[in-house]
Amino acid sequence: MIERDLVIVGGGPAGMAAAVSAHENGVKDILLLERDQFLGGILNQCIHTGFGLNYFKEILTGPEFADRFIKKIDDIKDIEVSLKSFVIKLNNNLEITYLKPGEMNEVKAKAVIMATGCRERTREMAHIAGTRPSGIFSAGLAQKLINVEGLLAGNEVVVVGSGDIGLIMARRMTLEGAKVKAVIEIQKQSKGLVRNIVQCLDDFGIPLYLSHKISRIYGQDRVNKVDVVKVDDKYNEIPGTKFEISCDTVLISAGLIPENELIEMAGVEIDRKTNTPVATDKNKTSIEGLFVCGNAFQIYDLVDSVARDSILAGKMAAEYLKDKK
Amino acid sequence: MRKEFICIECPNSCKLVVDIENDKVVNVTGNKCKKGETYAKCEVENPSRVLTSIVLAEGLEIKMVPVRTNKPIAKKLILTAAEEIKKIRINNSVKVGDIIVPDFLNTGADLVATREVRNE
Repeated sequence: MIERDLVIVGGGPAGMAAAVSAHENGVKDILLLERDQFLGGILNQCIHTGFGLNYFKEILTGPEFADRFIKKIDDIKDIEVSLKSFVIKLNNNLEITYLKPGEMNEVKAKAVIMATGCRERTREMAHIAGTRPSGIFSAGLAQKLINVEGLLAGNEVVVVGSGDIGLIMARRMTLEGAKVKAVIEIQKQSKGLVRNIVQCLDDFGIPLYLSHKISRIYGQDRVNKVDVVKVDDKYNEIPGTKFEISCDTVLISAGLIPENELIEMAGVEIDRKTNTPVATDKNKTSIEGLFVCGNAFQIYDLVDSVARDSILAGKMAAEYLKDKK
Repeated sequence: MRKEFICIECPNSCKLVVDIENDKVVNVTGNKCKKGETYAKCEVENPSRVLTSIVLAEGLEIKMVPVRTNKPIAKKLILTAAEEIKKIRINNSVKVGDIIVPDFLNTGADLVATREVRNE
């Protein structure tokens, strides 16, 4: 089995920042595994502005933010980037198995940083009743469809949840010619940044219904309408407040969950509520030499914070490797 | 006249209280930095936004090239501009910041690529 000093899993902002930082702190042998055919992770589909203000002191789009790190990585020959590399196994001895088109590889690492990011909560997790027609997308999937594939998810849209991705997508769909009829938020306040309410909803006259939920989705082959109802402080439906909105598309923006199946496979203790590693310190896990950073460690609002804490993870891994020698 | 705005320049989302006389901003409070003052002035006198979108690629390694205006453009032009972008095609490799359309719709802003995309 090939041995490496440091293997980083995930080539998004967290993995790239950790790799650059580990190198700056003296690690000379780094393998960066990314399952996509490009580095950049989710930033590649986040074409809107708002990234980098803290880290680069400039307002960048997602792809521009990614580009800065991709260029840094390209310039460091001690970092080997392996694209289309999908990790299927990790054990507590820090042995990693990953697939590449036509091959299966195994590598033993002295230290590992997991930068696997997060995934979106689903309709099932948001407990929305009704039929199961086409036209129901997680907001991030709709974002990928339009911004990467050039495909508009639908024409008449209701967004469930007013997290930042939901708000950004309300604007994005509007700009592409769809009619966004409402954003429905069960809480009394939006979880999204206020600036996004202003520039994504208010700018386009999209109504935001706070303390409301979708009680049912209708449609056979395709969504044709949803029921919306007001809820009380305990999220119970208030009788007599129900109204319907006709639509062909429902976007779900109900929050994010860290993606940590691999470290769980390795035996790391996981907090079931948040799906994050139980840790005494930031970026650490219950297995020595195994670090987790970025949205896999905790969900961040800003990529700038992901970069900041992943830089810390790179440094921690470098110090661990020094101590081990 | 006194109006309230939420500054959108950064995630702080400062609540601005803006005094306006004859459509001009005379005083801004509630801002944590200078950007808030500029934003309030702009929002009252000439509301504008950076537009980000995608342009269809032909013969490149990915299908859609992300683009932005390199300066804010008038808010009232945003929807027209978004439609106009759909007509553009990119058929050669681009780097971040490369100009796709100079002086886009006579706004004074260039439409630029935000991702490096190579030929297929």
